[in-house]
Amino acid sequence: MSEWRYWLNEQRGTLMGLAIFLLMFGVYIANHPAGLTVNVAQTAANKGVLLAFIAMAQAMVVITAGIDLSVGMIFVLTNCIASWIVVGTPMQTALGLAGVLLAGTICGAINGLLVIYGRLQPIVATIATGAIYFGLALLLRPFPGGSVNEDLADALTGRLFGTIPSSLVGLLGIVLLVWLPFRSSEIGRAAYAAGSSEAAAFMSGVPIRRAKLAAYTLAGLLAGMGGLFLTFFTYTGEAAYASGSGYTLWSIAAVVLGGVSLYGGRGSAVGAIFGAFAARTTGDMLFVFDVDPLWQPLLQGIVLLIAISIGAIGLLRVRNRLDWFQ
Amino acid sequence: MTEATENKMSFRARLPAPFRHVDPAVLIAFGCILLLLLLGSLYSSNFLSPEYLLQQLKVASFLGVIAAGMMLVILLGQIDLSVPWVMTMGAMMACAAAGSGSIGTILAIPFGIFCGMVFGLLNGFGVAYMRIPSMIVTLATNVVVQGLMVLYTGGFSPQDSAPKAMRWLATGFIIPGVPNAILVWAAVSAAMVFLLMRTTFGRAVYGIGNSERAAYLSGIDTRRVIMIAFAVSGTLSAFGGVLLAGYASKAAQAMGDAYLLPSIAAVVLGGTSILGGRGSYLGTVAGVILITLLQSILSVMQMPEAGRQIVYGFVIIAMLLLYGRAPANQ
Repeated sequence: MSEWRYWLNEQRGTLMGLAIFLLMFGVYIANHPAGLTVNVAQTAANKGVLLAFIAMAQAMVVITAGIDLSVGMIFVLTNCIASWIVVGTPMQTALGLAGVLLAGTICGAINGLLVIYGRLQPIVATIATGAIYFGLALLLRPFPGGSVNEDLADALTGRLFGTIPSSLVGLLGIVLLVWLPFRSSEIGRAAYAAGSSEAAAFMSGVPIRRAKLAAYTLAGLLAGMGGLFLTFFTYTGEAAYASGSGYTLWSIAAVVLGGVSLYGGRGSAVGAIFGAFAARTTGDMLFVFDVDPLWQPLLQGIVLLIAISIGAIGLLRVRNRLDWFQ
Repeated sequence: MTEATENKMSFRARLPAPFRHVDPAVLIAFGCILLLLLLGSLYSSNFLSPEYLLQQLKVASFLGVIAAGMMLVILLGQIDLSVPWVMTMGAMMACAAAGSGSIGTILAIPFGIFCGMVFGLLNGFGVAYMRIPSMIVTLATNVVVQGLMVLYTGGFSPQDSAPKAMRWLATGFIIPGVPNAILVWAAVSAAMVFLLMRTTFGRAVYGIGNSERAAYLSGIDTRRVIMIAFAVSGTLSAFGGVLLAGYASKAAQAMGDAYLLPSIAAVVLGGTSILGGRGSYLGTVAGVILITLLQSILSVMQMPEAGRQIVYGFVIIAMLLLYGRAPANQ
């Protein structure tokens, strides 16, 4: 096989995610009364970017065969922090930004330390830390409120040169700054190795602990960026439990739609981004098809159920029944 | 065998006979319950009164019924995230049936529970026969059930008050002084212990949790066992919802949201391994009581919701660090 076919095989999940998204977005745009206008693209991008950040965060951890059920709560917590400190003069705003991102990073690092050095199962450990993060968010914002530097917020949720949604540019920047260096580094490859076979990776001297810690920490950072963007969209902070748990659940869905294997070692954060956009498009589609809003959660659930069932098609190719129990 | 486990065994060998075979995790959980009661009694003398303790057991019984199903699934090494809305559906459908006429009133409780079983079977089919990770299947089912319930409550005017039979089941008294909910929990517990310890199904559950391949090769129909376990979990979630609706005397949106994390936490704090294959039902009972007492003490202290969430998270992490850790060597 030539080089590019290896590459294609490696990227299969990501390309699947891209295909699902393009298909759904195509159907959406074809039926949209206004068609593909700058406004439609901007709204779609702004809604998609929030989930995309959380999905990237989830993908980081899932690649190491872990799971982070606290991403939604880190998202809510950083939203509440941002609504306090990302205000004032440019200097104060910059410090505030740094503070918010640091808070997200610390939350992620705590998860990582508990899972790696505390040797706790990721599912239960992050459920518990999620409760703590949500409690802290409630302490900061018992009632919705606060404000944010509006110039910065408008710049990041508006358009560049009148056409390109700047939130998309921001997301692309984060992919280039965080994801690509991570993936091509030794740590990133170790994260994949830990996800596909931790025992084998450990015995070959791969630094799995450092890799997993980096993955959880970066997940916290990315979730913090999501929380920051939420503040830019809403101008307020709100400790909403439903929002936090909803984002956690949809981040897992986005990761699956984006072709990241929940068993670890396969897929990419880019795929998760496409998965997030696809998940968001299901909601938008119901709008253009003029479906009663009451039907929206049910249809979203059915789309999700169908999407994950497609993943089961591989079963038809199984020759030996023992292959089921990988 | 590592040195650490040898030490642990010799420590257990020195215990008096009845305790020798008890899981250390269960002992720690019961120890923590006593500690909580002690702390509570320092705060208020009512804590040790029989009325208070019975009230706590009554509140614990809703969580206990749900955790029993969750434990079965966790023993398989799987997880059921569809608890919140399957539970809400059980409550809503039972109330809806009661509102539909006299036959409906009689069938209200079985109908609510039946709906839970249907979605439990759907979960089980996805996990066992389609080999989709349980976290994903149950997540999707949860969204689907939520969609159905939003449609039901928004599209039609729902009957949401619980009929007499449901209220009696949760708050009535067959034995004077002991609320029926506790008896229901005791009955479910007895059935679970019988199922896990005395039936081939129960042994198969432990076997699959340890190694599904090995269980399959030794002739167990692993797919059927997994599907039945999920069906039981769905059934018990809906049953918990019916009980809770009887207790609150109505069904409400999102009434199950507060039960997902406690049901997982109760099972894990009771010493059941989240990876499956290990754990005793007694531990789950201890976990349920422990969590209920913790929540009760925090509410008696009038701790605001924020503080409660934080303390709750810290306690779970502390207890997991105490005995829920994975083995040290890779």
